[in-house]
Amino acid sequence: MATGQALEPSAALGRTRAAGRTRSDRFWQIVILLFLICSASISLFPLYWLFVTAITPASATVKLPPQLIPSNPTLENIVNLIQLSGTGGLRVVGLENVRISRMALWFINTLLLALVSTGIHVVFDTMAGYAFAKRKFPGSNLFFWMILAALMIPGQVTLVPLYLMITQMKLVNTFPGVLLPGLADVIGIFLLKQYIQTMPSELEEAARMDGASEWKTFTNVIVPLAAPAIAVTAIFAFQRYWNSFLWPLVVLQNPDLFTLQVGLSYLYTSEFGTNYGLLMSGAALASIPMIIFFFAFQRYFMQGLRVGAIKG
Amino acid sequence: MTGIARFWHRHKWSYFFIAPGMFFFFVFLGYPVLRAVALAFQRVTLRSSEWVGLKNFIDVFSSQLFRDAMWHTFLYAFFVVAAWILSSLVVAALLQPFPNRVQALFRGAFYLPYVTSIIVISLVWIYIFQPEYGFLNWLLGVFGLPRVLWLQNPNIALWSIILSTIVVVPGTGVVLYSASIGSIPRELYEAAEVEGANAVQKWMRITVPLLKPTTLYLMVIYTIAGFQVFERVYIMTGGGPINRTTTIVQLIYLTAFSDFNFGRASAQALVLFAIIAAFSFVQFRFLSTDVEY
Repeated sequence: MATGQALEPSAALGRTRAAGRTRSDRFWQIVILLFLICSASISLFPLYWLFVTAITPASATVKLPPQLIPSNPTLENIVNLIQLSGTGGLRVVGLENVRISRMALWFINTLLLALVSTGIHVVFDTMAGYAFAKRKFPGSNLFFWMILAALMIPGQVTLVPLYLMITQMKLVNTFPGVLLPGLADVIGIFLLKQYIQTMPSELEEAARMDGASEWKTFTNVIVPLAAPAIAVTAIFAFQRYWNSFLWPLVVLQNPDLFTLQVGLSYLYTSEFGTNYGLLMSGAALASIPMIIFFFAFQRYFMQGLRVGAIKG
Repeated sequence: MTGIARFWHRHKWSYFFIAPGMFFFFVFLGYPVLRAVALAFQRVTLRSSEWVGLKNFIDVFSSQLFRDAMWHTFLYAFFVVAAWILSSLVVAALLQPFPNRVQALFRGAFYLPYVTSIIVISLVWIYIFQPEYGFLNWLLGVFGLPRVLWLQNPNIALWSIILSTIVVVPGTGVVLYSASIGSIPRELYEAAEVEGANAVQKWMRITVPLLKPTTLYLMVIYTIAGFQVFERVYIMTGGGPINRTTTIVQLIYLTAFSDFNFGRASAQALVLFAIIAAFSFVQFRFLSTDVEY
C-alpha cells in the first residue's frame, strides 16, 4: 500500500479514497481501531496476567478482587522460587558437585540444549540446503522427495520407536538423549534449499574459476549470501528447542536434568502447585528470553512465516 | 580412471555436503518411521517383541476411551480451526487501511503470545480458570453471575480448553492474511464499485475468494496443530475429569509411558497420522485453486 494514504477507509470494507472522507468514515475508523485494540488486549491478556502475577505478593494472588495493576510489586516470588525449588548438581556439563538452585539449573540446561541444537542445525541444514539447491548429483531428487514426505509425518509417530532406540543406546536421562533425535528435523533443510535456489550462481562459479576449494566457495560465497535465510532457520530452531516439551518429558527423569518447560510442569505437580505467584514467576523466567528474542529479531520472525508459507 | 573413481571425484563434495544432515535424518526419522509401522503389529516390551497381526488396531478401535479421545480431538480441532481462520481473516482485513507502522505494531502484538511455550500459557490459564480466585470467575461475579468450575466440571472442561485456545487471535494467520490482502490489486475493488457493488459484496466476491490459497495453507497447518493438541490438556486437566478431555496424543502418551503398551501406542499414532493425512488431502481437493492476480 502506498505511503501517505494514512487512515484511508478500508478497501476490504468496500470504500476507496475516491469516496471521499465523510464524518461517517471517520466514525467507522475509530470503531475499527477500538475493536482491534480490544482483540489485541484479549490476546495479550494471558501474557500480561503472567507478568503481573509474577510480581504480586503470593498472599495477594489468592484474594479478591484480583490486582489488575500490581499495587506493591515485589520480587519475593522469584527469590522464593530460587530458594524453594531445591538444589541440584550441574550434571549437564559434568560438574555434579557444583550444586545450584534447580531453577537456575533448568535455565542453564534449556539454554545449552537450545544453543547446541540450533548451532548444529544451522551448519548441517545450510550444507544440505546448498547441495540440494545448487548441485546435481545422483539421488538428489530421491533424497529431497524423502525430506518432503517426512515433513508430513506427525512427530508422535516416531515417539515410541525413538524412545526404544534411546533406551537401547542407554541414553535415557541424558543430555544427548534429548538432543540427538531433535537433529533429524528437516524443515531447515527445506527452507534453506528454497532460499538458496533463488540466489544467482555467477558468484559461486567465479569463486571456483579463481581456484577456491568447494568448501571455501561454500563458506565465503554461499553462507554470506544466504545469511537472512540462515538467521530465520536459526531463530525458529531456537524457539522450537526452547519451548519443546513432550520429548524432554519422556527422556528426562532426573529433576537436575530437566528443561524449563518440564521443570515448570514438575513444579505445578509439586507442593507449590497452588502458589500462583511462585509458578508465574517461574513461567515468566521461562518466557522472558523468548520475548526479548522476539523483539530483537521480529523482522526475521515475520519473514520466516512467509518463507514457510510458500510451498515448494 | 575407473568409473567409480570418476564418479567419486565428481560427486564427493555433494555427498559431503548432505552427509551430516541426511545421517540424522535416516537414523532418527527414516528408521523410526519404519520401526513404528512394525511396532504397530507387535506386542512390545523393553526386552522383547512378537508379531500379533492386527490385534493392536482392533484394540484401538474397540476401545471406548480411544473413540472418546477421537471425538474430543475432533471437537477441539474443528472449533479451533474455524475460530482461528475467521478471527485472523477479520483482523487482517480490518488492519489493512491503517498506515504500515500501525499495522506492524498490531502484527507484533498478535504474534507475541505465540513465542512463549504452551506450557507457560497453560499455567496462566489454570490460574485464570481457578474457581475461587481466578480472574474469570471474578469477572462473572462482577456481572452478578454464578461461579463456573471451568476445569473441574466434566461437561465444561473441554470447552474451557477450547476457549483458552480461541480467544487468542493467531499471529501466523494475521501476518499471512495481511501480506495476501496487501497484494490484491485495488483496481478490482474500483471496478466492483463502478458496477455498484456494496461492501459485503466486495468482501464476499473479491477479498475472500482471492485469499483462498492462504486460507488453504492456514487451514492445513491449523488442522494439523489442532489434531496434535497435547500440552494444554496434559497441564490443565491431565485428560480429566473422568477422561472427558482426553485427546489422541495424550492417549498415545499414556498408552506408551504409563501402560508401557508400545505396540498399541504405535497403532494409535499411525491412526492419528492417517486422520491428519486424510484431512489434508480433502482440504487440498476442495480448496486448491489456481488463483492468479
